[in-house]
Amino acid sequence: MALRAQTGPYFGDFGGRFVPESLVAALDELGEAYDLAKLDPAFGAELAELGRSYTGRPSIITEVPRFAKHAGGARIILKREDLNHTGSHKINNVLGQALLTKRIGKQRVIAETGAGQHGVATATAAALFGLDCTIYMGEVDTERQALNVARMRLLGAEVVAVTAGSRTLKDAINEAMRDWVTNVETTNYIFGTVAGPHPFPEMVRDFQKIIGEEARQQVLDLTGSLPTAVAACVGGGSNAIGIFHAFLDDEGVGLYGFEAGGEGVDTERHAATITMGRPGVLHGARSYLLQDEDGQTIESHSISAGLDYPGVGPEHSWLAAIGRAEYRPVTDDAAMQALRLLTRTEGIIPAIESSHALAGALELGRELGDGATILVNLSGRGDKDMDAAARYFELYDEEAGE
Amino acid sequence: MSARSTVGPVIARRNVEASGALIGYLPVGFPTLDESVEAAVALVENGVDALELGLPYSDPVMDGPVIQAATQQALANGFRLADGFEAVRRITERVDAPVLVMTYWNPVVQYGVERFADDLAAAGGAGLITPDLIPDEGADWIAASERTGLDRVFLAAPTSTDARIARVVEASRGFVYAVSTMGITGARADVDRAARGVVERLQAAGAPASCVGVGISTAAQVAEVLEYAEGAIVGSALVKALADGGVRGAGDLAAELARGTVAS
Repeated sequence: MALRAQTGPYFGDFGGRFVPESLVAALDELGEAYDLAKLDPAFGAELAELGRSYTGRPSIITEVPRFAKHAGGARIILKREDLNHTGSHKINNVLGQALLTKRIGKQRVIAETGAGQHGVATATAAALFGLDCTIYMGEVDTERQALNVARMRLLGAEVVAVTAGSRTLKDAINEAMRDWVTNVETTNYIFGTVAGPHPFPEMVRDFQKIIGEEARQQVLDLTGSLPTAVAACVGGGSNAIGIFHAFLDDEGVGLYGFEAGGEGVDTERHAATITMGRPGVLHGARSYLLQDEDGQTIESHSISAGLDYPGVGPEHSWLAAIGRAEYRPVTDDAAMQALRLLTRTEGIIPAIESSHALAGALELGRELGDGATILVNLSGRGDKDMDAAARYFELYDEEAGE
Repeated sequence: MSARSTVGPVIARRNVEASGALIGYLPVGFPTLDESVEAAVALVENGVDALELGLPYSDPVMDGPVIQAATQQALANGFRLADGFEAVRRITERVDAPVLVMTYWNPVVQYGVERFADDLAAAGGAGLITPDLIPDEGADWIAASERTGLDRVFLAAPTSTDARIARVVEASRGFVYAVSTMGITGARADVDRAARGVVERLQAAGAPASCVGVGISTAAQVAEVLEYAEGAIVGSALVKALADGGVRGAGDLAAELARGTVAS
């Protein structure tokens, strides 16, 4: 079977539905609605039209030769998901799930968010479709992404700062699941990544796979051949699976996921789930997971809120297990240096999340050398990260910074 | 359900001599391991018929704020899975009530499903309540519990289809945990009428025992639930009583709740 044809609930030994019985009916309802929508040309047409006239699809590709000079002679091509409306790839998935919400007749949506990109995208879709919207965000993240909190509130969403546990993305997911268990009859959960119980990993992937489908043809048109390698950052893994998917059965194309190495995978402060974790069950699916001996989830760390997650989508665990994709860690500092390098050489300010993929591409380029072409998913723009970047590179005037 | 059960006969007996069984929940290690053991013993000595001992877990999606706060404190105090087995052993050495362990699934997977079943049985435990394991994903646990004779309590919800209700009844042993309302744990003013519907459907599907949990905090609610179900499960209210009034506070509430098991 083609790797691209793989569907849920299981990806090899990974995936499934490890959830309270209270949620099974909602997951069944969502799964059935999605299976019908998949086959309905009207659904596909409506989503494609939203992509065209609202998101700005297809997103362009940009070759970055001045940046690539630092990558051992390889060509580097960026897939510009940062240019999408709302500033990242997250909108692709949200529009699909918001359309499904209308189909199943629910009037309220909830979502979790880390960096705030998925929350902003969900609040945006809720405004567009006239839905009530509540966003759960870890308290730590509301502090480091205050601008996105303001954006969501301006869009009309209620933002709940989650104070449980590590007060980051994983705890926001727990709180969103509690809301869903309680309000399942009126509420749809717009999940932001390819983790979670079936049907989310398959459905979110399907809404994101347009990234790779477009990019594969765009690279062929530009260079006359497929790329040597495809690079993406991996938190939960939705932008990575989105760009990988079209290439899964292209055997000559290397697929590389770059996890948040934080302060180094030899420290306790990282979010390199596949690199350092082992299989377990978290948030409804069996997948790789950062955990202690007793199966308690270990708090992750990354300078980027969007990658600060101790789990990963089950399809990535499967691709790692069968050797189809390779996952490597990139440290906070390597990502920040890549952020500044792309900004200075190309005039493109990337999100810190996407900067992990850029740092990975620099490393890959040096390994693959002349003649290699590396396609990088520039999954988000850096506007939201200006405060973090200003502090990291000491860009504020001393008095203004006080 | 098969006939061999540890908690089943206790529930059956209480439905003969009283209006049903009272099951009390407490987390291991809150406020300390020793006090959690003392509190569990106090519940039984004050009329609780079976214990549900919760193992603290980092990501408890079914738990409301009271139990979250307690289990988070237990984890911060250094709770280890081994403490769970020790608590079961110390409690069952002192009281005869069956002790079920409530645990999210990942700790069992990491410990090893077979090893967990062996060590729980060796400690004197009666079985497991698994809030995030549905029978569809439960093949390993069903096999391990068959081998060791442990009870396995799956959940049924108001939104469960009849087909799922039938599957839960078939897979469970001891009783089926009927979620009384669409929500997480936490005491509620009114136990949802949906509970009655779930229990009726469980009984129609052949469940020998259904116990209702989530949202029960008073003797009157216990009595109301026992009009149609074989057992009532109280969690957050007991945890709050323990937090506020110590072992004596938990015991006093248990005695009060137990008055709800006497048919009026």
